[in-house]
Amino acid sequence: MIKLTNVYKAFPKGGLALKDVSFHLAKGEFAFLTGHSGAGKSTVLKLLYAEDRPTSGEVRVSGYNVTEMRPREVPQLRRRLGVVFQDFRLLEDRTAEENVAFALEVTGARRSTISSRVIRVLTQVGLAAKAAAYPRELSGGEQQRVAIARALVNEPTVFLADEPTGNLDERATRGVFQLLRDINASGTAVLMATHDLDLVRQTSYRVIELQEGALVFDSGIDETPERAGAGGGV
Amino acid sequence: MNLVIREAFIAFRRAPLLSALSVTTIAFSLFVVGLFGLVAVNLQRALRAVAERVEVVAYLLPGTPIEASTLALKDIEAFPEVASATYVTEEQALSKAKRELAEFRDQYRELERNPLPASIEVRLKPGFRDPQHVEAVADRLRGFGFVEDVRYARDWVEKVEGLRRIATAVGLVVGTGFAVVAVIIIGTTIRMAVLQRGREIAIMRLVGATDGFIRQPFLLQGALKGTLGGLLAIGLSYAAYQLITRFLLQAEFFSPQQGLAIIGFGALIGFVGSAISVGRHLRRV
Repeated sequence: MIKLTNVYKAFPKGGLALKDVSFHLAKGEFAFLTGHSGAGKSTVLKLLYAEDRPTSGEVRVSGYNVTEMRPREVPQLRRRLGVVFQDFRLLEDRTAEENVAFALEVTGARRSTISSRVIRVLTQVGLAAKAAAYPRELSGGEQQRVAIARALVNEPTVFLADEPTGNLDERATRGVFQLLRDINASGTAVLMATHDLDLVRQTSYRVIELQEGALVFDSGIDETPERAGAGGGV
Repeated sequence: MNLVIREAFIAFRRAPLLSALSVTTIAFSLFVVGLFGLVAVNLQRALRAVAERVEVVAYLLPGTPIEASTLALKDIEAFPEVASATYVTEEQALSKAKRELAEFRDQYRELERNPLPASIEVRLKPGFRDPQHVEAVADRLRGFGFVEDVRYARDWVEKVEGLRRIATAVGLVVGTGFAVVAVIIIGTTIRMAVLQRGREIAIMRLVGATDGFIRQPFLLQGALKGTLGGLLAIGLSYAAYQLITRFLLQAEFFSPQQGLAIIGFGALIGFVGSAISVGRHLRRV
């Protein structure tokens, strides 16, 4: 699903954001991407949803080679990914329902398909009752659920989360994290960038740690190779 | 498609002042083109009327016997360029003058004898009304011994034609200038709309919208503003036309086709302005 091979990424003004990073995330796998701020977590995710290109090395996601892909293919890749962020990135002038529907509308889906799928994912994240609410009327946790619903509505095979609980209190964090686990349980690969070590320690999921742009620890190869699956090592 | 149309309309609500500015600029540029266009249309009409009346008049020497003139009339009617030739007696000339130049009626009354010569009025066939053919016919008429002088409306035709060309040229130059300004202003308002919606565009991209899809509402929005500007220009032109007709002279307004062309041109200006701007600024947000 995700495979990075000897990836380097240079900052525009010099210096390296990523140094020789390689890892593989198999279909249906869950992994944390940890490290301090500036360690390169967001850079890895940006490469994965083709917001950025690697300076060298190879990035493969859902069958696409990000390193070589043409600009026209980027939207196609993104429709197969679900991405959520710390700041939710919802449109303020649209209701929860409209925000979710938006992701389908841009793909040119039919209206009947849109409304039934929107209701289904909002129910899945537990927000069906607040479909008509605007983001400002929702709590942080609820806004993140809307963002998750939006990310799910295209039925992604890979789910990327960049500090999804960074702005949430403990209770909301648990709720959102549980949602991500449910998504993973239904067969979607999840890569969650976080620096919330408590969350990481509560579970036995694979942990990939970055430090100053370099991969310094990967429990998928260091400890539990059977969980990492066939592609755990590089 | 639905989303595209909705987005395009929402733009007017988001930035009503900027939208109004774009619409007005397009309207004024097209209004200028329209005013000169009206002048050209009406000169063209006048020209057609004059051209229809292009006649060559041969004035006869006093005392020319009627038999000689009648024979000449037959010859002249046989010219390939000639549609009809009419003999006008001295008396007919005088009464026509009295009728058409009523201002001088008193002077005519005081006349002791008729100063007007008899004449032969020659009308030409449609294909032969250009200066060369008129000149050729006039030359042949001068060949008759009893023809004193030949007059025709060539100067008049050329003057009107010249005016029409000037009106068209000035209209095109000034109109093009304004159209360029309109494209720039539309481009700027679209650019501001793109920047204002940078966050939204980023989100659209994130969920897999193609650039073509993101561009569509802006293009539609531009074309819509242009169409509105075109309609406004037609309205302004019509008001101007009403004023001219009431206080100056009987004029003619645009044909429906010409009106549609003006609106279409407005839509084109809006579309082009948006296309240039959106293509350039989409990359930056």
